[in-house]
Amino acid sequence: MKSTASQFKKSAGMALVNPDLQRAMGFIRGGFVKNRQAALARLPEFDELRRSARGIKEHTLQNLDFYLEAFEKRVQANGGHVHWASTPEDARNIVVGICKRAGAKRVTKGKSMVGEEIAINEALESAGFEPVETDLGEYIIQLAKEPPSHIIAPAVHKTKNQITELFHEHHVRYGYTERQTDVPALVDEARKVLREKFLSAEVGITGANFLVAETGSTVIVTNEGNGDLTNTLPRVHIVTAGIEKVVPTREDVSTLLRVLARSATGQEMSVYTTFSTGPRRKDDLDGPSEFHVVLLDNGRSQMLGNEFHEMLRCIRCGACMNHCPVYQGIGGHAYGWVYVGPMGSVLTPLMVGLDQAGDLPNACTLNGRCQEVCPMGIGLPGMLRQLRRRQFQNRQSSRTSRTALAAWSFFARRPRLYRRVMGAAVVSLAWLARGRGRFRHMLLAGGWTSVRDLPAPQGSSFQNQWRKRRQAGSHE
Amino acid sequence: MSDTRELVLTNIRAALNREGPLPDSVAKSLQGRLTRPRPNLKPAIGADPIAHFIDKLQSVSGKLTRVASIDKVADVVAGHLQSFHLGDAIVVAPDPRLDGIPWSNRLRVERRAAVGDDRLTVTGAYAAVAETGSVVLLSGAESPTTLNFLPDDHLVVVRESQIVAHIEDVWARMRSDKRVMPRTVNFITGPSKTADVEQTIQEGAHGPRRLHVILVAD
Repeated sequence: MKSTASQFKKSAGMALVNPDLQRAMGFIRGGFVKNRQAALARLPEFDELRRSARGIKEHTLQNLDFYLEAFEKRVQANGGHVHWASTPEDARNIVVGICKRAGAKRVTKGKSMVGEEIAINEALESAGFEPVETDLGEYIIQLAKEPPSHIIAPAVHKTKNQITELFHEHHVRYGYTERQTDVPALVDEARKVLREKFLSAEVGITGANFLVAETGSTVIVTNEGNGDLTNTLPRVHIVTAGIEKVVPTREDVSTLLRVLARSATGQEMSVYTTFSTGPRRKDDLDGPSEFHVVLLDNGRSQMLGNEFHEMLRCIRCGACMNHCPVYQGIGGHAYGWVYVGPMGSVLTPLMVGLDQAGDLPNACTLNGRCQEVCPMGIGLPGMLRQLRRRQFQNRQSSRTSRTALAAWSFFARRPRLYRRVMGAAVVSLAWLARGRGRFRHMLLAGGWTSVRDLPAPQGSSFQNQWRKRRQAGSHE
Repeated sequence: MSDTRELVLTNIRAALNREGPLPDSVAKSLQGRLTRPRPNLKPAIGADPIAHFIDKLQSVSGKLTRVASIDKVADVVAGHLQSFHLGDAIVVAPDPRLDGIPWSNRLRVERRAAVGDDRLTVTGAYAAVAETGSVVLLSGAESPTTLNFLPDDHLVVVRESQIVAHIEDVWARMRSDKRVMPRTVNFITGPSKTADVEQTIQEGAHGPRRLHVILVAD
């Protein structure tokens, strides 16, 4: 999909006043955040597991070439194929090529963020295939022609009424003429419509939560079972995965699974955890006869070993966005691309360009919640700060902020001048406020004062007060 | 495309400050990590894995019935059909361990993979995990994967001796049984569910609406 991250400010402003979206975002605080907390409370070993999980990923990244080659060898030994893609375009061509050779018409899809990253649906459509998203959330946003607004709950921004209307509009042609208004009926209608698609697709595409070097397996975790119908029923199974998804052994996956579901939805284990290893075997009664894995780089190898290296530990659980006050306020769409929230604010500038996504690293209060809840301990705030530094160095930040920062740094390097100017500013602002103690309007602070008053300084600056207090103290 | 492969690997090595593959000695020790995998930390689960399994399974809305012997599976399946008005047709996995169950004459029993409109299937498990309340199924001629996902109701026969404490114990058991990875290993932890409509949990999204484990004493 094309990034609209450059319009972040406008989209965020609209999101803040969208009542449907604001209501939907409330579900995140009540659901994911609370459930994660409860799940962690039930597992005293969580912190130790988290350290172990982090160690596994770090070890793998330090030897990434070795583990990718080992994985490839095992896939091939099992009768599968591995394809390497450096760019999204490479990956699209590979997937479209496989679908063409398979003589496919209909392609079912399990939820895959790499699928979104390479915009595979658009590519399949323009090549004449019918791609069908089968995760309920992904299906909803496919019908609505919208990008996901959350990496594990892609339709979290949609209200039930909106889904009712969407289903009514799109399901009439299958003979479902009645509007369904309760959740069980909506889910059931989607189940029936999609069941036909599952049974008739020639190719199924899933993502991967993990790739296992030891066995050449790809691993997905889902709750609906759509991923399994996608990788079992069609004749061809394609897995799209980032190169950072590989881990050494099944034991290592076991450790990572313990932190993944808990961090994501607060479940101890997702309903379906599935290891796919090659195509169907000689005696198998079902399963695809072709198994393909597409390994995507798309800038990942460029993050390895530099200041954004830790981002490659990300297991896409979504905890960072669930706990982010900015994400909670504006939802995912304002971020303008497939990855949203704190992890998206780091990944989008790195994958689509800092010049295209300049607002994202700045839409952060640096409160540190994301890093705190990240099962992989990724230093997201530090990376966002690093991106801001890059922006400043590349002269990509706005003139106002550059001038303000330059002015601040001028004074900050001259402490006596700084104290004198601040002291004067405090006194004059206090005088300007004239006993009201606040400003309704303030030059250069319109963003603040449009929704609340700006408090006025009370008397003298902190440093003045500090000095006075110290002097008073020394007389005691 | 092999040149893309080289490009990606070269980029990775450059980022790791290496010019070529790892030196043999290092590669060998990493290979050892792959061929002799060691478990990492396993969380404590208490002294009774069977009780823990039952508790965890029920906490994710899985149904469980304990029976004294494999013969009794027939009664449990018949009871399940009746309580949910599912008719009289069942598909039983072509698993020799499920041979000889005395199905009632009133039932139509087929032994095969599943098709689109099968309503109830019965399969055997390879193992069950106490830690998570999961049943583990390995695909193969005796255990087609479609049986686990297409029906409305999935009944899984588990023997008490198949319950292991942790996920890692499944891998250890497979290695000692000399079972290579089949096409699919399914860890199933409760019935299919979704929370994609307003975060409301709804069971029976795409997979089985009900998961019923029949635990057979050894």
